[in-house]
Amino acid sequence: MEDAARLLQLVVNGAAAGCIYGLIALGFVLIYKATEMINFAQGDIMMLGGFFAFALITHFGLNYWVGALLAILLTAAFGFALDAVVLRRVIGQPQFAVVMLTLGLGFIFRAAAGITWGYDSVGFETPFTNRTINLGGLILGQDNVSIIVGTVLLCGVLYLFFSHTRLGIAMQASSQNQLAAYYMGIPVRTVFSLIWAISAGVAAVAGILLSPVSMIDVNMGFLGIKAFAAAVLGGFGSIPGALLGGVVIGIVEQLAGYFLPAGFQEVTSNVVLLATLILRPQGLFAEIAGKRV
Amino acid sequence: MRYLFKTDYRQDTSLWRHRGDLFWYGLLGIVLLVIPFVLGEFYVGELGGVFVFAVAGVGMMLLAGYTGLISLGNAAFLGIGAYTDAILLSHGVPLLIALPVAGLFTGLFGIAIGLPTLRMSGLYLAIATLAFGSIVGTVFQKWEAITGGFDGFAVPAPDIFGVPIQNATGIYYLSLAVLVIVLWFSANILRTPLGRAMVAIRDSEISAQSMGIHLARYKTFAFALSAFITGLAGALFAHYVRFLAPDAFDVLLSVQFVTIVFVGGLGSLHGVVLGALFVRLLPQFIAIVRDDLPFGIGRMPGLEPSLYGLVLVIVILFEPGGIYGRWIKIKRWFQAYPFKRRTSFRRQKSYARSERLR
Amino acid sequence: MSLFRAEEIAIRFGGIRAVDAVSFEVNEGEVFSIIGPNGAGKTTIFNLISRIYAPTSGRLIFQDQDITDVPPYRIAGLGIARTFQNIELFANATLLQNLLIGRHCHSTVGVLSQVLFLPFVRRAELKHREKVEEVIAFLGLERYRDTLIANLPYGVRKVVELGRALCIEPKLLLLDEPSSGLNVEETEGMGFWIEDIKKDLGITVIMVEHDMNLVRMVSDRVMALNYGKVIALGTPNEVQNHPEVVRAYIGGEG
Repeated sequence: MEDAARLLQLVVNGAAAGCIYGLIALGFVLIYKATEMINFAQGDIMMLGGFFAFALITHFGLNYWVGALLAILLTAAFGFALDAVVLRRVIGQPQFAVVMLTLGLGFIFRAAAGITWGYDSVGFETPFTNRTINLGGLILGQDNVSIIVGTVLLCGVLYLFFSHTRLGIAMQASSQNQLAAYYMGIPVRTVFSLIWAISAGVAAVAGILLSPVSMIDVNMGFLGIKAFAAAVLGGFGSIPGALLGGVVIGIVEQLAGYFLPAGFQEVTSNVVLLATLILRPQGLFAEIAGKRV
Repeated sequence: MRYLFKTDYRQDTSLWRHRGDLFWYGLLGIVLLVIPFVLGEFYVGELGGVFVFAVAGVGMMLLAGYTGLISLGNAAFLGIGAYTDAILLSHGVPLLIALPVAGLFTGLFGIAIGLPTLRMSGLYLAIATLAFGSIVGTVFQKWEAITGGFDGFAVPAPDIFGVPIQNATGIYYLSLAVLVIVLWFSANILRTPLGRAMVAIRDSEISAQSMGIHLARYKTFAFALSAFITGLAGALFAHYVRFLAPDAFDVLLSVQFVTIVFVGGLGSLHGVVLGALFVRLLPQFIAIVRDDLPFGIGRMPGLEPSLYGLVLVIVILFEPGGIYGRWIKIKRWFQAYPFKRRTSFRRQKSYARSERLR
Repeated sequence: MSLFRAEEIAIRFGGIRAVDAVSFEVNEGEVFSIIGPNGAGKTTIFNLISRIYAPTSGRLIFQDQDITDVPPYRIAGLGIARTFQNIELFANATLLQNLLIGRHCHSTVGVLSQVLFLPFVRRAELKHREKVEEVIAFLGLERYRDTLIANLPYGVRKVVELGRALCIEPKLLLLDEPSSGLNVEETEGMGFWIEDIKKDLGITVIMVEHDMNLVRMVSDRVMALNYGKVIALGTPNEVQNHPEVVRAYIGGEG
């Protein structure tokens, strides 16, 4: 019975971690679906979101909920500006260029954050820190539960947004043939920047949800690599897939740490990633289509 | 302005366009040979480092610039080459044998990563190579029996026919020799069906197949060749740093290779050398201006990677042709003077088109 | 004499029968055109012949050899060349390099020899260059030799597509909408080239086309497709006046 409880604990921890991976992966997938760009700086935007929240809540003394919301909006605006000022110029360039550009941007974000807030880990007071909740005899940390609940809520909102609004269709059109979308009167560039804004906002949510579990520091963006694995596992075109992929990886990681000898846990996400790419590149959900000639 | 008047098909197959080129290359060669006798040991050592990175840059260029295969894990190849060379030397194998063997062994790993990734498109390939590099890096750290783990691996000092190599001058000439050979191989490849096949794969896989190009074979070969060359660079690197630490072969190093290729100019061999020069000089530059930077930026850790990032961003946004591209533009400007117009170098607006539709 | 035969060739994408039990035969030295409304499956047939797609049923016979399972990179070596509807040239290479890539299937030099650029590799290069120059002369592309494809106008790129296919020295040439995007003069020029290809070079041509003037001008026989099925096969006149064809293009009483 104790082992079962332990395992369940691991699963919950893994699911929580997985939700964070999933949220970052969500950001990837959103941008990729729209612009076919891969944003290697997604994890670093999460980091910035976390720091914004930290600054607003501790330095400016705002209430947690107000501070969090403001931080999300701020990060979204940052994402919008990023696209409008920088990323717009490289649309149409080979994918390699975009990949390297976002990688470079990631470096810059990390340095900027380090200069502004220092290189130590910081945290801020949240309603979930160090509290537990009792679910049917199982004691779980409220921080982990908040991550899972928050993620589910956010995904619900996003799903409704994309499946029931014109903006979603406009986004699809813009991604499939930009020139034709222009001809149809879609303000393509604004649409893309909005996607970036949403993606950045989602990343900020991830950062804020994560902060009670592991503090905020300059290098927390390196989770981005695990988020890759999540996005690939879920199939790069699929939003629910990204989330599911993240949760699977989070849980597998925890189980690997429990069952396998030491040192294997680190490579778990990479191994899953490679295995997926080799064995089932379309992931669990999406379909890879060939180029029509 | 020189007009190139071609009278023979042979001119198109040769490595230089006209006698003038040959003269300048010859002059450059003489200068390079003489440098160690003129400059101090520090500069000779630094230039040796530039050559080592240039060799790795050639490996990267053949893969990414010519075949269009994005790899973010080439640091793994460097590490495999470095450790193989060091281990062989510690068992008494002479350097002139250890060097190519290290390259060949790394080439096998190139095949190992090339084969399963055959069907992956650019983006997925980047992620896969990133994961591969990460896994190999972890193996370097954990497999202490072979690599010595975090204790490091002291590279034995070799000699070639009695001449000790592991000093600034030795590394300089050895790396220069390897660089010249590798550049010659690459230039040869580019003027033969092999190189054209690689370019074809980069630009249009489907029509490359219709021309009779066996995608799987050539892609795997590109990976193997890139790994081989990067492995050679790794062996040279081992003697350059003299002490191998497993965390040296991380993503940042792979990004440095990519920066070399980008900053130098994607698709040009000249660019590789220019890019390597730039990437190796950047830390020197930082060291010099470090104390003069405002806000104490100079004392911040993470300054170096952020500058790499800044450089990458600037190059991609404003001069995708890299240093070599800018050099060509400057040359053309002078050649066309006074007929240059402001629109001479305007880049065409490019629109994104999805590759995803069936 | 039959050069190429498709026997009940079919392919399905999910539930859609893009090509449905199509059979036809192409004789040596003739120009065979395939017409039909958009989406009829014409380019899909080309993709099946050049083995980019694998058929779900049926056979493809070329020179009495079953090529249904041949991998796509072997097709050029067998003597089948194709052009692409949307131009799949190598954009970042020069015209000359594009045409030289067309010679790839005739290259016999090994990897190591190429890396070392041994003298016989250079001789082989010069031979290929001479062959490519023949094609350049045939199509009048001399002034564009060293221009990057990305800098060439559309009409010229269409001609380069054709040239690259000719460099393969094929026995069978598949032309996918050679006149799309071309104006009247350019289309006429294309027609003359196709005639020259047939008469002077002795190459058999299968052509997918929408321009009926061009089809009438050069074709020996025509096949009309609709919804993946053959609806008519015969001389240009027979097919053009066939009631099914008229109905497919213009519509008629149900």
